[in-house]
Amino acid sequence: MHIVILGNGIAGITAARHIRKLSDHRITVISGESDYFFSRPALMYIYMGHMKKEHTEPYERWFWKKNRIELHKGWVEQVVPEKKRLIFADGSEMHYDKLLLATGSRPNKFGWPGQDLDGVHGFYSLQDLEAIEYHSKNLQQAVIVGGGLIGIELAEMFRSRNIPVIFLVREKSYWDMVLPPEESEMINRHIREHHIDLRLETELKEIWGDEQGKAKMVVTSKGDKIRCGFVGLTAGVHPNVDFLRLSSLEIDRGILVDEYLQTNIEDIYAAGDCVQLRKPPAGRRPIEAVWYVGRMMGETAAYNLCGQARKYEPGTWFNSAKFLDIEYQVYGQLTAHIPEEQATIYWEHSKEKKSLRIAYDKRTRAVKGFLSMGLRLRHLQCEAWIQSETPVDKVLQNLKAANFDPEFFPDWSKEPAKLI
Amino acid sequence: MNGIQKTGIALFLLAFLVFTMSLSLSNFILDAKVAGQQFDDYQRPFVLSALRQMEGRSYSRVFSFMRDYDRALKVAQEAIAQDVKNNLGLTPSDGAYWSKILKDDKIKSSHFPVTKASAQGFLPENSRLFFWLSIGLGVLGGLMFILPMRRLPEGIKNNGIYHSSLHARGILGIALGIWLIAFYVLLYFYPEYLVNWAIMVDPLSRFLNGGEASQWFLYGFLYTLAILVMGLRMMIKYRHNNYQLLRTGSVMFFQLCFAFLLPQIMTLLHLPSADLKNIWPLDYSFFFEYRIKHLLSSGYFGLFLLVWGVVLIVVAVPVLTYFFGKRWYCSWVCGCGGLAETMGDPFRQLSSKKLIAWKIERWLIHGVLVFAVVMTALVLYTYFSGQSRMLFLDSYQVRHWYGVLIGSIFAGVVGTGFYPLMGNRVWCRFGCPLAAYLGLVQRFKSRFRITTNGGQCISCGNCSTYCEMGIDVRWYAQRGENIVRASCVGCGICAAVCPRGVLKLENSGEVRFAEE
Repeated sequence: MHIVILGNGIAGITAARHIRKLSDHRITVISGESDYFFSRPALMYIYMGHMKKEHTEPYERWFWKKNRIELHKGWVEQVVPEKKRLIFADGSEMHYDKLLLATGSRPNKFGWPGQDLDGVHGFYSLQDLEAIEYHSKNLQQAVIVGGGLIGIELAEMFRSRNIPVIFLVREKSYWDMVLPPEESEMINRHIREHHIDLRLETELKEIWGDEQGKAKMVVTSKGDKIRCGFVGLTAGVHPNVDFLRLSSLEIDRGILVDEYLQTNIEDIYAAGDCVQLRKPPAGRRPIEAVWYVGRMMGETAAYNLCGQARKYEPGTWFNSAKFLDIEYQVYGQLTAHIPEEQATIYWEHSKEKKSLRIAYDKRTRAVKGFLSMGLRLRHLQCEAWIQSETPVDKVLQNLKAANFDPEFFPDWSKEPAKLI
Repeated sequence: MNGIQKTGIALFLLAFLVFTMSLSLSNFILDAKVAGQQFDDYQRPFVLSALRQMEGRSYSRVFSFMRDYDRALKVAQEAIAQDVKNNLGLTPSDGAYWSKILKDDKIKSSHFPVTKASAQGFLPENSRLFFWLSIGLGVLGGLMFILPMRRLPEGIKNNGIYHSSLHARGILGIALGIWLIAFYVLLYFYPEYLVNWAIMVDPLSRFLNGGEASQWFLYGFLYTLAILVMGLRMMIKYRHNNYQLLRTGSVMFFQLCFAFLLPQIMTLLHLPSADLKNIWPLDYSFFFEYRIKHLLSSGYFGLFLLVWGVVLIVVAVPVLTYFFGKRWYCSWVCGCGGLAETMGDPFRQLSSKKLIAWKIERWLIHGVLVFAVVMTALVLYTYFSGQSRMLFLDSYQVRHWYGVLIGSIFAGVVGTGFYPLMGNRVWCRFGCPLAAYLGLVQRFKSRFRITTNGGQCISCGNCSTYCEMGIDVRWYAQRGENIVRASCVGCGICAAVCPRGVLKLENSGEVRFAEE
């Protein structure tokens, strides 16, 4: 049997690895983006000079041959489920017996005037990175639109080369749909410490180009005109599925799949950013474009592709990021929107940028979530407390068990308990 | 980079230039008195007579001075051989024959003191000025570059490393590598070319141990200075990280006090001098008979040093490594590790993470360990039996070749000279027999491991890239497996650079081997 995987990101490659563990099927992984799997979250480090592209590739070249995973470079333009065929941009075709769609995301563009000018870019792919590198030469001013995780990464990247950055954020405070007010405010301060010109409650109105069609000016919702050589569009991503819309696949915002990650067509599965779950598990969203979801779905898809039915059960939500120098971790659904029945305990270090928020159920006192800034929590411990609905009082007493900071770091684990 | 830092770099480069050029700023007129002191009463008249033709002649370069010196010594050597045969009537089968003739080694070891005593002119007359213009100014420039780094926000500062020619094996990196390799070749094999530097540190040597500076005093001084200045840089770079602060402070302390000052004080007090933290088989000559005899003839203090050395080998290494991993030595105490973690830090990313490199590493480092054990066994066999030969091996030949190949070329020339080319732990990773011994304990019987934090790894590769030992940390981290590797020196940088808080060094002693 020939299993073809469309996309060599974390979802596709995890699937390929697990299919090989489970079976002897022929495996082909297709990508138009890059010859080899690389870590997408690490693209920023290539730009900043922390690593070269090769360092972001988790497997050496021999790995693919040894595990008989065939890598095929090319852009697929059309999927024809009726004939089990893929048609490439160069006209060539490939047959599959089973197909996994792991096509990832694309940066959002909301129809801003000038959004397709030269020098206006999202930041998602290797090609985007190359374009950003190209436009960075002699760049005097960059404008970044959209206050999420990619926006702050892009700002950090430009600042690593001392390129002035103006960061337009629509919301009242950085990423405040996700971060509670105190945490969000901490990041606002930190962004400004890094000499990034953060402009809150400011939206992009339009981008003006010069005669060559290159972006030269940004007009904001406050009427400011900012002369700039590059505009980064980082207002979120959406599933990369447009090329599939003419096929018989059922697609809404993403590729619709059941809990086995199967599409409406037998033998075609989907995993990662491009997926929209028909019935997401409790407390989870139908589209979750994060690295960890891609990895978990890739593994689940591998089992189903190999004929071993397995439901997608992602468990307790977790995520992490790094805002410039501040690490962020979250376990459980703890965001800016605290449900009515929950309360939180918030501890913040008096001097340093460290904080911990713990959410719990007001009535049962069962712990619901952890959100940390500038410190490290032990994943499995937090998950175990949440899953076993441990009372928050007990969690506070034993918080040391969840401290994953390096040795000799000042111990913060006694502090939050003092707040109640 | 601000103005102070730019000025600092300019001053440092100027000092570096002065330092390098200063090697050529002497001329040499033979000091026959010092030359005579290098040889015994029997050999001296022959040597002095042969050297007479050099007297009063001024040489502008070490090379021509040494050429004439060696020619003269060759003449003396032959004259002595003739005299031993004709007048003393000794033949090679007589034991006394070997103590009378002039050996090549003896000539070679006279090069440095004779050259140093013969140096005259601009540099020796202005040695203090040059000390401050090179070493002093270099330290000042370095500090001017390093100290302002405090003004940047705390956090990981690896920006631009792979855009830098010096740090990413570009032209500057290769040039620095060549300079360091040349330095080590001269230091170990042709120290007579470095006499001007030794002259500059003579006052310090006299102050600390009462004697003139040898090439080893010079080296120890430069080594310690490099660890202190670059240690300060390391501490500022990682000032948000207590583990790095303590660890760096520790290697700076052990280098300054244990490796550098204490042996000088012992010498000053006429005690046998020793680096108390140097452990066999890194200290490969620990069991050589001249050292054992010296210790046994030095009273209780000598005996203490002997017992101390043995206790380190048989008790401290296994016990401390069981509780803390090999890091207690390699990245907290050891001098080689000290240099690697301070001066070598800017080059840590250059170690190869390829699987093939790991394979070579295992053969090489354990090969050196076997070599060291066999060599030492032969030494002890010779010591107790008086025989120099065992099977087909000659005890003296084996220790000679160990000294040249491992002690000088591998540990020095390759180990440090290759910092800018192959990373800062070339010796520790591929060659150090003590690291091999510590590594075996760590791999099979230790509570130390690096644990990974659930599923938070994003496979970015920072941990692997910045692992100086070339461990592909990510391979384990992305699978959520603990990392238990013989080579890990526990520097903690993988955990520091991880942007997702995935790695933690622990002495927790849970699962021995990661589940597949």
